[in-house]
Amino acid sequence: MFTLTPEEQAAVELSIRVSLWATMTSLPPGLVVAMLLSRGKFWGKSILNGVVFLPLVLPPVVTGYILLLLFGRRGPLGAFLADNLGIVFAFRWTGAALACGVMGFPLLVRALQLSIDAIDRGLEDAAGTLGANPAWVFVTVTLPLILPGIIAGTILSFARAMGEFGATITFVSNIPGETQTLPSAIYTFTQVPGGDIAAFRLTVIAIVVSMSALLISDAIGYCVGRRIGVEA
Amino acid sequence: MIQVDVQHRLGSFELKAQFVSDGRVTALFGQSGSGKTSLVNIIGGLIHPDHAYISLNGDVIVDTKLNVFVPKHRRRVGYVFQEGRLFPHLTVRQNLLYGWWFAPGTKRVGQLAPIVELLGIGHLLDRRPGSLSGGEKQRVAIGRALLATPRLLLMDEPLASLDEARKAEILPYLERLRDETEVPIIYVSHSVPEVARLASTMVVMTDGRVVATGSTSDIMARLDLLPFTNVVEAGAVLEAEIIEHDEHYGLTQLSLGGGRLWIPRLSERIPGTKLRVHIRARDVMISTRRPEGLSALNVLRGVVAELGPQRGPILDLRLDCGGQAILARLTQRSVETLGLAQGTPVYAVIKTVGFDRQTLGATFPQAIGADTTAIPV
Repeated sequence: MFTLTPEEQAAVELSIRVSLWATMTSLPPGLVVAMLLSRGKFWGKSILNGVVFLPLVLPPVVTGYILLLLFGRRGPLGAFLADNLGIVFAFRWTGAALACGVMGFPLLVRALQLSIDAIDRGLEDAAGTLGANPAWVFVTVTLPLILPGIIAGTILSFARAMGEFGATITFVSNIPGETQTLPSAIYTFTQVPGGDIAAFRLTVIAIVVSMSALLISDAIGYCVGRRIGVEA
Repeated sequence: MIQVDVQHRLGSFELKAQFVSDGRVTALFGQSGSGKTSLVNIIGGLIHPDHAYISLNGDVIVDTKLNVFVPKHRRRVGYVFQEGRLFPHLTVRQNLLYGWWFAPGTKRVGQLAPIVELLGIGHLLDRRPGSLSGGEKQRVAIGRALLATPRLLLMDEPLASLDEARKAEILPYLERLRDETEVPIIYVSHSVPEVARLASTMVVMTDGRVVATGSTSDIMARLDLLPFTNVVEAGAVLEAEIIEHDEHYGLTQLSLGGGRLWIPRLSERIPGTKLRVHIRARDVMISTRRPEGLSALNVLRGVVAELGPQRGPILDLRLDCGGQAILARLTQRSVETLGLAQGTPVYAVIKTVGFDRQTLGATFPQAIGADTTAIPV
């Protein structure tokens, strides 16, 4: 019987918690940014585009370090959030979630943007002539039609979060039970003598968790695709 | 009453159109690229025009001078698009009720059941648009627009993407829509038969401009407009009344202002019913003497009222047959041989079988032929 040690269990739980939070909290801003990039016409659009996709091309360590500078205890944003809202990122699991969210953000936005671009705007016009104001058009037409993109985007974002290592370890370090996610735990075990077996066990767990996530999202995607159907 | 005065530039194309209509069905008629769709898009609120004044029954919906632009979701102008635009993620029932749900409660007049019945879409309610045929989709799209309780219904070539059989399937429903509801309709089309059947008023457009506005029968009888309409299908639209049926030969006799017309039998029409008859110019022959020994049953007396401009070997005439205008298409050679001029008394000969009969629906108006049609007025 394959049982988990308390350390392993903590790492798995933390990884899932961090990834879920990272994915769910980045979805609303991701939608806004994707809508802006897809539909908006404004000055500085290419700058916004660049900033969003920066984590994709920067070394993760650099992204982690930038987060540390901005959101650390003494960082301008970190100090402001800690003093005014009581939100602390530095060396907390919330910081891991932030790092994972930022790293997954470009993938999420890209998937959303592609599905928004693919929408037949004529359907939104039709909804407008039927009396729906822009907010209702978004909720009743746009959102359901980009659901496949939302699912694809969240899967990518979740997967990225499960695998995120460089930015997380740079930003919030590797504290067991607080910021030690699965990849960090595996890394730790590979650094100590005799840690091979533990590292291998965690590797198997990582594969099982990621594979399950993929299968579940695949099933959801299939159901949604059938619901929306194909307009001939 | 609809009042439209629009000026709008789209790239190198300039739309500069104005018309006023209080007709039941106003056809925006013209060849592809004449600006019809842009004009209805402006009326529907999909395009923000450069300069425009548009009012519906005195209620101004666009006045660029006063900076008035009612957004499309508050115009209550229904729009039936050429390609249907049904929501693929909703069932037919949800599609139908979409606009109904947004319509202000006090103003909701349409109910699902009668409109479903009117359009014959009861069996489709639980299906999704993806599995519907083109004709079914258009009927659902019409029902969806009607249930939003519109003050005006825009229809942009709703039949253009359908084949002849599907068109024949939908036309009777459009006639019922015209005859059984009160919503004024603006019907965009480049099809003479469709317009002849449905429209009470015609607005003829070319190159972004309106060249003529008037009743369908007046516009169809004008020779000077032939270049802007469809030359092949051109012909007069007459109002007629059923007088009697001939059971033995299976014929129906109609009374026109200037005479009688035999057409193939219209079985379920009672005498007295008013019909609209579209007689294509190329189906009419001319004789200067009363023809004898001729198989054609329909001979109308009249005088030549106008000779149209010559187009190659062909020339169109307008005849005045007891107050009704009939168009005839002859060769220039025949016109000269017969010595036709304005005022020449003539006989117009129309073959009965020229009205080839086509059944469209059991209880609905029957049309006679895809091109030559008779419909209730």
